[in-house]
Amino acid sequence: MKKLLNDPANLVAESLRGVERAHPELRVDHENRIVYRADAPVSGKVGLLSGGGSGHEPAHAGFVGPGMLDAVCAGEVFTSPVPDQMTEATKKIDGGAGVLHLVWNYTGDVMNFDMAAELAAAETDTEVQAVVMNDDVAVEDSLFTAGRRGTGAAIAVEKIVGAAAEQGRSLSELADLARRVNDSSRSMGMALTSCTVPAKGSPTFDLPDDEIEIGIGIHGEPGRRRVPLASAHDIAEMLVDPILADRDFTGGEGVFVFVNGMGATPNLELYLMYNEIAALLDKAGIVPVRTLVGPYVTSLDMAGCLVSITRFDDEMLRLWDAPVATSGLRWGM
Amino acid sequence: MADVDTDTLQRWLRVFAASVAEHKDELTALDAAIGDADHGANMDRGMQAVVDGLAATPADPAALFKQTGMTLVKSVGGASGPLYGTLFLRMAPATGGAASLDPETFAKALRAGLEGVVARGKAEVGEKTMVDALTPALDALDAALGSGQSLADALRAASAAADEGRDGTTPIVARKGRASYLGERSAGHQDPGATSAALLVAAAATAVAEQGAA
Repeated sequence: MKKLLNDPANLVAESLRGVERAHPELRVDHENRIVYRADAPVSGKVGLLSGGGSGHEPAHAGFVGPGMLDAVCAGEVFTSPVPDQMTEATKKIDGGAGVLHLVWNYTGDVMNFDMAAELAAAETDTEVQAVVMNDDVAVEDSLFTAGRRGTGAAIAVEKIVGAAAEQGRSLSELADLARRVNDSSRSMGMALTSCTVPAKGSPTFDLPDDEIEIGIGIHGEPGRRRVPLASAHDIAEMLVDPILADRDFTGGEGVFVFVNGMGATPNLELYLMYNEIAALLDKAGIVPVRTLVGPYVTSLDMAGCLVSITRFDDEMLRLWDAPVATSGLRWGM
Repeated sequence: MADVDTDTLQRWLRVFAASVAEHKDELTALDAAIGDADHGANMDRGMQAVVDGLAATPADPAALFKQTGMTLVKSVGGASGPLYGTLFLRMAPATGGAASLDPETFAKALRAGLEGVVARGKAEVGEKTMVDALTPALDALDAALGSGQSLADALRAASAAADEGRDGTTPIVARKGRASYLGERSAGHQDPGATSAALLVAAAATAVAEQGAA
């Protein structure tokens, strides 16, 4: 393992020190591993809290700031944060209008956020609602699985709901909007390589040079199937076809297309992938109106990409275009 | 035979912590195959925190279980934190505040813990989870105590049943947790949660046998 480290055990803590130094507009509670807006709580505004395991940077701390999230909790690498962190974060960002938990659908995250909501209800009078984000078509949503994973849709959900929260909308309205954006989104990812969790020191799974994994998650977990390495053209079809088969993306204002790098894939390749994806969408009569290409929800040093498509209505489009000032996304201010 | 006192319960936790530390790499390797390669490290961190807190532990079993559960919820993360944490948190009220636990009360507390795990994780037997080790273990414990065996012997039977349940997870297609994302590909791998749960039952058998021998 060759990584920029002092001690794997201190990786998350030391990285949060760096976040604090690099971004004076953010505050970091090191004891509870919470990154939050310096101006929190914003009076009268619903607080938006998300978070999850570390290793997905710039998710999650990269999306804290005006126009997006109020706070995130950081867990160990690929491990959900714990209820105490979430309860403390909920208190920090409660501006009197309640707090919305935006939860990525993973068993541990859902259980910990559930326990946090129970604790918050017992300890405070803050009103808390939670919306679980689950957009990954690689997983069948059935009794036989933990349900679809939350992957790329979170960027659209957090950005759009963040903009709506700045307008002073109510907790229930924001929860409904979050569900609507999530329901309008579908994603599918693939890996060229595995990734190395520093505490383990070796790749999570073995992937031969001539094979790829289709339908991966964002934690180095293996995917649904393994296939021989194919051209970018063919890989784009393997990702886009199941997305389009799962939902109707025509109509509305068009779609938001997000081509996410998994951590070790250069943008040069991601834009090549976007070229392939745009051609497939064009053939299907689907019109991209907004795009995002780059590494935003990574899986440590995994190579590969994840495609996420959201059908935008006019409200979502307006809210997507609204100003945002985070280290991960920044425009209009 | 003697009731289970807090010394024995603390020994149970220490033996479990040592066992998790010893099997840390194995648990992580099992998790790497069908999950996300962190079960060993997370459980080890959590149980070390539990052991570190033992010095300051109040004297009765309920307080010990509550402290253990809260520590695990705080320090483990992932799904294992809420699940193991809930197990101990639910054991606390089931002791009825007794200063030491007779075998039936200990078994009843473990059963309450398992019910908490099932409720939190919404898992049933046969879905490739820790429930697959704990359920047969507690069934065997109840049966052995019902037939008049000593707690030490009954826990040995429970431990054997947990090991069998753990081994039985290998062919199962996972329906819960990250392993379920793999579908059919999860078959052929032993479940890491059932593996650590079997260590928990084995540690109880060891701790109680040592009390009997002391």
